[in-house]
Amino acid sequence: MSHLSYEESKKRVRYGLVLLAVVTGVEVLISLFGKGHMISSVHGNIIVIATCGLLIAVLSLYKAYFIVYEFMHMKYEVKGLAMSVVLPMLLLVWAVIAFFQEGNAWKSRRDEIQRRNALPATPAKQGSLLPPHTYQMDWKG
Amino acid sequence: MANTDTALEHHVHEHDHQGEDAWSGAQSPFKVSYGKIMMWYFLLSDAFTFAGFLITYGALRFSSPTWPVPDFVFATDPFGISDYFGQAPLIFVTFMSFLLIISSVTMVRGVQEGHRENKNGVLIWMILTIFGGLGFLSCQAWEWTNLIGKENMSLTRNTFGTHTAEGYYLDHEGKKSLETFREGESFLIHRHAPGGHSAEHGAAAHGAQHEYKPGDQAGYLMDEKGFVHRKFVYTAGAKKGVTQTEQFGPAAFGALFFFITGFHGFHVFSGVVFLTIIALNVASGVYVARKNGYEMVEKIGLYWHFVDLVWVFVFLVFYLL
Repeated sequence: MSHLSYEESKKRVRYGLVLLAVVTGVEVLISLFGKGHMISSVHGNIIVIATCGLLIAVLSLYKAYFIVYEFMHMKYEVKGLAMSVVLPMLLLVWAVIAFFQEGNAWKSRRDEIQRRNALPATPAKQGSLLPPHTYQMDWKG
Repeated sequence: MANTDTALEHHVHEHDHQGEDAWSGAQSPFKVSYGKIMMWYFLLSDAFTFAGFLITYGALRFSSPTWPVPDFVFATDPFGISDYFGQAPLIFVTFMSFLLIISSVTMVRGVQEGHRENKNGVLIWMILTIFGGLGFLSCQAWEWTNLIGKENMSLTRNTFGTHTAEGYYLDHEGKKSLETFREGESFLIHRHAPGGHSAEHGAAAHGAQHEYKPGDQAGYLMDEKGFVHRKFVYTAGAKKGVTQTEQFGPAAFGALFFFITGFHGFHVFSGVVFLTIIALNVASGVYVARKNGYEMVEKIGLYWHFVDLVWVFVFLVFYLL
């Protein structure tokens, strides 16, 4: 703030408005392209979806960086303040990886339960030590 | 002794408008005032709250076999605007994003005028910011009304399901219709009064309008709450050739949507309230007397930019991905 003259900082704001609007527009276009709204044959292509998702995420992070460093003036603060706010955010990298992994694990476990429920089962031999109404599944490993 | 004290006071004044007693260590850490640094740390903690919510959304989305396609769910807009363009996926919510970006920019201008001690400048830009926030809230109110009132979404019911393979719909009499769908396409389960017609979102795309009878019919199943689950046949995949009935989508979607966008909307709302209070203070000249470059405006500005920042990620997670 104090590093820039009034006119310069006004110009900087106009630049920020155009930048954020353009990046948001590009994000929407990439998203619609990835979902197959522009070219029909793209629909459902997992590589296109993943690439577009990654691109949009990177653009969003760039917008976040711009808002914090330019609009919120983090650029002009002491480095220690910037680091004390930004570095704790790195914990979220771990959180994203861990919880997405966890979500995937829930899904595969549910699929596994469904698969095993569908396996053939026969009533267990009576007279053994097993309680009544016990079913024995074929051993599938 | 007296000399040292003056020197210390002078040093504090260089960096800290709040005065000597704000930080008793004679020098303010990070060379900012107490209020600003605490606003930063509040925003940091708030960022973790939002991150927790959005990561929960991600984890639940990964754990579900299907998930509603956002550009199908959020393809609606008020006043029949999309009627002119055909379909308009994500257009309304992009407009909402622009509103928030613009209000963020007007806020920066307000803070800049504050540094110049230009009272009227601050006031004008703050009022524009408040209008931006109110506009955003109105858009969100419309979006929620549409989802709840017309599309019957609730915290526990998600009327948007998704097909896991390609196939075709059955018509009213249970025969193969011309209407096909692709893998990963979402559908909306409409609610009808028994014997009534429908003019809800997407109904026009389903062709002819019919009267619906309760119970399991040849081409559809109408449940006790009046939701019409249409019947379809997959032409690929494990369930190829089996006649199936449309199922509700993962229930977590509705709860997550209302909770996360509601929490963000509440932040916008409180931001508008605080902006209004501070704008009134500006108008009354409270900050002129303080002579600290309208620091209060700077602090509410930090909060307002943060609200915009969170929307960047809510927009990313809910609408774009």
